[in-house]
Amino acid sequence: MNKKIRYTALAAFAVLAPIGLMAEAQSKRVVFLSVQNATEGFTGVIGKLAAEYSKQNTNVAYEYQNAPQADLAQKLQLLTASNSLPTMYNVAEPSLLMQLAEKGQAADIEELFKQYGIFDKLNPAAVALQKSITGGKLLGLPLELNIEGIWYNKKLFADNGIKEPTTWDAMMAAAAKFKTAGIQPFAASGEQKWPITRLINGYVARKYGADAMARVAKGELKVTDAGFVEAARAVQDMGKKGYFGAGVNTLDYGSAQDLFLQGKAAMFYMGSWALGSLNDPKQNKIGAENVGFFNFPTVRGGKGTRNEWSLNTGIATAINPKQNDAALGAWLKYVFSNYGERALTDNGQISGFKVAKLPANLPALTKATLAKLGAAKNAYLWFEAKFSNKASSVAGDNVQLLVTGDMTPENYLAELQKALN
Amino acid sequence: MQGTLRDWKAVLVFVGPALLIYTIILLVPIVWSVGYTFFSGSPLAGFKFVGLDNYGQIWQDQKFKEALWFGTKYAAVVSLGQVILGLLLAMLYMFYLRKSSVLIRTLVFLPVVLPTVASAQMFAKLFAIAPQYGLVNSLLQGLGLESWVQGFLGQANSAFWVIAAMDIWKAMGFYAVLLFAGLVEIPEEVLEAARIDGAQGWTLSRFVVMPLLMPIIISSLIFSLNGTLKVFDSILALTGGGPGTTTMPLTLYMYKVSFTYNDYGYGSTVALTLAVQCVLVTLLVLWRSRKGQS
Repeated sequence: MNKKIRYTALAAFAVLAPIGLMAEAQSKRVVFLSVQNATEGFTGVIGKLAAEYSKQNTNVAYEYQNAPQADLAQKLQLLTASNSLPTMYNVAEPSLLMQLAEKGQAADIEELFKQYGIFDKLNPAAVALQKSITGGKLLGLPLELNIEGIWYNKKLFADNGIKEPTTWDAMMAAAAKFKTAGIQPFAASGEQKWPITRLINGYVARKYGADAMARVAKGELKVTDAGFVEAARAVQDMGKKGYFGAGVNTLDYGSAQDLFLQGKAAMFYMGSWALGSLNDPKQNKIGAENVGFFNFPTVRGGKGTRNEWSLNTGIATAINPKQNDAALGAWLKYVFSNYGERALTDNGQISGFKVAKLPANLPALTKATLAKLGAAKNAYLWFEAKFSNKASSVAGDNVQLLVTGDMTPENYLAELQKALN
Repeated sequence: MQGTLRDWKAVLVFVGPALLIYTIILLVPIVWSVGYTFFSGSPLAGFKFVGLDNYGQIWQDQKFKEALWFGTKYAAVVSLGQVILGLLLAMLYMFYLRKSSVLIRTLVFLPVVLPTVASAQMFAKLFAIAPQYGLVNSLLQGLGLESWVQGFLGQANSAFWVIAAMDIWKAMGFYAVLLFAGLVEIPEEVLEAARIDGAQGWTLSRFVVMPLLMPIIISSLIFSLNGTLKVFDSILALTGGGPGTTTMPLTLYMYKVSFTYNDYGYGSTVALTLAVQCVLVTLLVLWRSRKGQS
């Protein structure tokens, strides 16, 4: 009996000792729960800066964790319920982010950054955009400043004698031509769902004007209105005609992007966060010089114009105020004082942080995108920006059925309206 | 025995620790969850007492009905598949492969110990269509059956069969071993006597082996049905309930309602109906088997 107790104690010690040692060696652990891969986009930049910081300051350890975007909301709910949210975390739904802030789980970043004297590192336009999504408070870091539109393969367009389309009809005519030529017109990840709802969003923004979804949020428009039905039908037609290729709903984000980057698809609706990949010759096999970018085309009888762009600050990154202390402050100060410049120089990525001077070797594609961003006259948000968690989920789930023709546009929108009520 | 049971101190020592753990990790959450069914909301949004509203809502919820029907259909197909194929495999081991069945048994059992996510990844690749054809579509193309090439996991109907095939493949080895153990227990003399009386093949299995094996078949069915009614990981990994919500059983619906729609109360109500379904099905199987025996 005694022997057993001794063994148990020994075993317990063996299990617990390393935990105790770890806790002693590192006084601060900064954990980032991200939807991106460790080396991708803003996560890669933060990872690099954090590694640099930890080399100088051994008291802070940085840890990266991953959650696929489709499971993120669930994961955050569970972590919140057990009061174990990490230091920084992505949140896709603004409605959820606002709830988290209300419960004291997401920091007011304006306050926090002012506390550490780094608020002036942020680009005011990006701050305003981010605030407009979450009820006037800055709850997410503007790690990106994105402009969304349609990237296209210039070479495929030229080879098939197609010009950059400015109207929906012209874009569909181009798609039909590509389809006949055996080229997949659009690459889109139906598995991710949102790349499809973005197209409906673009269509209604052109139909009703840039404030279409804001008016839905205010209750002035219903998503069951005729213009929305027309938009959903237009996107369904694209799916039915095979413009997204076979098995669109099984295609994940990376594979869809690869279809475009390998020259197998002519067009790709995506935000400028893709610049990192578009500028990377290892991923981009068609060459950055062959990539063009145009705004969502106008639709017949619509109020929207091509001066209005879909802009956003990317998926929100919140900071857990419960982990705010001097060690975190020093870490934040280092990482986010350098973030804007590093994102631009290392990845050609546009962020919501100020950059003192543009790097000389800025990739041409990034420069061209920056010019478009600068010339944008008016902005609108993504489809689900003002939706509840439930409505976001319904919009995404059902769009898979819409695009394959298994659900009528009327039913799609009726179910969405029901979730919005 | 009588003496031991009367000695409440002994009972407490023997049963107490297990009962305590059981109560803490099983009974308390169950009661807690049932309590949630009278509320709406979540820890994040706050709770609101709604009385029996959740129960009223569930009868009008089309998505709930679809999920219930999908889960039931799935459980029926997969459990039958697992147990019938398991039984056939067990008979194969017993009567045809005999002593040399060890290798086959190990191979058939292997998927049981594989992580579900790994199996799901494999099946997703097998049935893939984009960005390139998986093995199945390549074969169809190679055989000139171009018109059969399709996104198996992107369509409700075919996705159902892919999920069912995977879960049958994954678990049949387990039931084969279980039933094989039962077969080994059947005394050789009984089989010998039956053979002398002229029973063989079908008649031997139907009238001698099956009745003797019935208790194990019933246990297998109960095991299997309770597993398949509560299926979660394989569907989440393979289709995530999609396309849309067409391959969504009650478990996934409960998860979605609770943690995406942010409504623990309604999620618990869905969970409770699933628990009731499991109990009913188990009782039904037991009742059928008792009736069969008498």
